[in-house]
Amino acid sequence: MPLLDVRDLSVTFARRGQRTVHAVDGVSFSVDAGEVVGLVGESGCGKSVTSLALMGLLPRQRGVRVGGSADFDGTDLLKLDPRSMRDVRGRDIAMIFQDPLSSLNPVVPIGIQVTEVLVRHRGMSGDAARKEAAELLDRVGIPDPTRRLKEYPHQLSGGMRQRALIAMAVACRPRLLIADEPTTALDVTIQAQILELLKELVRDSGTALIMITHDLGVVAGMCDTINVLYAGRVVETARRKELFAGRRHPYTVGLLASIPRLDAGRGEKLTPIRGSVRDVLPWTEGCAFAPRCDRRTEACVGEPPAMTPTHTGHEFRCVNPFPLSQPEEARV
Amino acid sequence: MFRFIVRRLLQLVPTLFGLSILLFIWLHRLPGGPETALLGERGTPESRAQIRESLGLDEPLPIQYGRFVKRLVQLDLGTSISTKREVTTEFLQRFPGTVELTITAMIIAIGVGIPLGYLAARRRGSILDQASVGGSLLGTCIPIFFLAYVLKAIFAENLGWFPTIGRQDASINATHITNFFVLDGLLTREWDAAADAIWHLVLPGIALASIPLAIIVRITRASVLEVLGEDFVRTAEAKGLTERTVRRRHVLRNAMLPVATSIGLLTGLLLSGAVLTETVFAFSGIGAFIKDAISNLDYPVLMGFIMIIAVVFALVNLLVDVSYSLIDPRVRVR
Ligand SMILES: Nc1ncnc2c1ncn2[C@@H]1O[C@H](COP(=O)(O)OP(=O)(O)OP(=O)(O)O)[C@@H](O)[C@H]1O
Ligand code: SF4
Ligand SMILES: [Mg+2]
Repeated sequence: MPLLDVRDLSVTFARRGQRTVHAVDGVSFSVDAGEVVGLVGESGCGKSVTSLALMGLLPRQRGVRVGGSADFDGTDLLKLDPRSMRDVRGRDIAMIFQDPLSSLNPVVPIGIQVTEVLVRHRGMSGDAARKEAAELLDRVGIPDPTRRLKEYPHQLSGGMRQRALIAMAVACRPRLLIADEPTTALDVTIQAQILELLKELVRDSGTALIMITHDLGVVAGMCDTINVLYAGRVVETARRKELFAGRRHPYTVGLLASIPRLDAGRGEKLTPIRGSVRDVLPWTEGCAFAPRCDRRTEACVGEPPAMTPTHTGHEFRCVNPFPLSQPEEARV
Repeated sequence: MFRFIVRRLLQLVPTLFGLSILLFIWLHRLPGGPETALLGERGTPESRAQIRESLGLDEPLPIQYGRFVKRLVQLDLGTSISTKREVTTEFLQRFPGTVELTITAMIIAIGVGIPLGYLAARRRGSILDQASVGGSLLGTCIPIFFLAYVLKAIFAENLGWFPTIGRQDASINATHITNFFVLDGLLTREWDAAADAIWHLVLPGIALASIPLAIIVRITRASVLEVLGEDFVRTAEAKGLTERTVRRRHVLRNAMLPVATSIGLLTGLLLSGAVLTETVFAFSGIGAFIKDAISNLDYPVLMGFIMIIAVVFALVNLLVDVSYSLIDPRVRVR
């Protein structure tokens, strides 16, 4: 049984005077204990909203509607009352956000921002909590941790801040960690270090990780399973090996071709996906990717394409997928 | 921190110096001058000259100014033209009442305004939110003296819950050391005297609090709304912290920065705005005294009052700056 099983998750934002936004439109995926799962897709496809829905952190407003289920170790996160959800957050499921500077409280010392999690979920206090916090900072590679505990976020470098946030997230040895574009706001050299740190932490602790990114390249190196999202739905799911051996969905293929890669050969051109994320067809009227797709056929519009399963577990939502046998070069 | 405070206090010196020049010039340009105030329009040239001489008004201006500053430094503000008593004595007797009233009003405004503003922001769009926004609009547009009359009519005269006038019941026969009646009651352990003084402060305190309360509610609400949208609040929620920790450590600590600034400005304004409230409740603070001083052109009293207001204003704002740097490490001075 998977650790987390998300079925038909949907999130809609209805604002008076505005068109209803189906930010997440029936997303299903699962995460096994200790597994690293990628959620990949262009900006606006619903990655952050998915993670916030799982954490119960969507804005508490009228007009925000969440549907489906998210079974975490036997309990449906979406049905949990706010108080129990507070117990789960930070203890069983922790999250790391995109912008480390704005994600830290500017007027509270780093030390307190680390110890408060220990106090809340592990019942620690005083010196014990401070000692543990220093050890956590040390574990995420922050030098001179005892001194850093007394410092404020503005006194730390960008990479250091993200390390501190990671320390807070792993403080209670959660079973699931969600990282929402944890490196996007950082320098390229730092990005690699942070990814390395995350990889190491989940390997050593057995924590499962949901890695959210728009960069398929990031996912390549670290994810066991990859889910590609488009317009609020999963369009392709595969284990890493299968996906890189043969991508089937035209969007996944386009996504990889549009991203600069370090291992790309000389002369290989970047091909951005035609059109923009805003050119979508509502899923109810057919394939949302149809307006941008080169492989579109008449079968693509009319009704939404279903997920096509294969015997390897590789699934894709496309009526005219790239055939498996075709060599890589010809596809891109 | 200590050096910061000393530096700020030193900065006060040129400010006060400038203010003293302004005051000096202003008072000497008053139509008719102080002798008119004393003698009215009927004074003969001789009696005018006599007054001018006794007040030292015939000396050259720089000498008058030098004398003025020297006396200011010695805290000798001169003699009131109308009561013929030392201005310092008058102030020591009357000012504490006004200070007590101002502090009461600020306690009410802060104690009610911050929680209300926070709740309004947290439950944005709720009835509570709409009521507090509407109420604060009302609060800023009802004149203080009118509110004071209404409160007095209902809660003092009709219901009899609070005393109608004064600072303390004469029958209590309280001992007075500092003229801060509440403080005196506590110092001498005359608890009933302190309680009675507090009782007398409630209605005028509420009337005076109305405008700062309305302003604090609005500023707190706006500021909390802004902070609630910040990423670090989401981080705090993602850690599963209790609502109380999120509110205190993460939301309010950040939201208090603009509120602290407004509190500083409001306190200064209140001191000078206490006059009307005091009149309605026959509260023997500085109010009536200053009102008379204005209509009588009692210039030693006015000068003293303006200087005191300036010093208090500066001190309150120093307090705000200190608390600001205590809250926010980014502006902290080493
Ligand atoms: N509070 C909200 N109210 C209305 N619409 C929202 C809200 N939050 C997100 N959306 C919409 O939901 C959609 C998905 O947003 P989401 O933030 O999940 O995208 P994303 O995949 O994380 O993109 P990015 O890579 O830019 O972070 C977007 O179209 C966005 O405009
Ligand atoms: S279903 Fe049709 S339009 Fe959609 S991705 Fe596949 S080929 Fe393209
Ligand atoms: Mg996002």
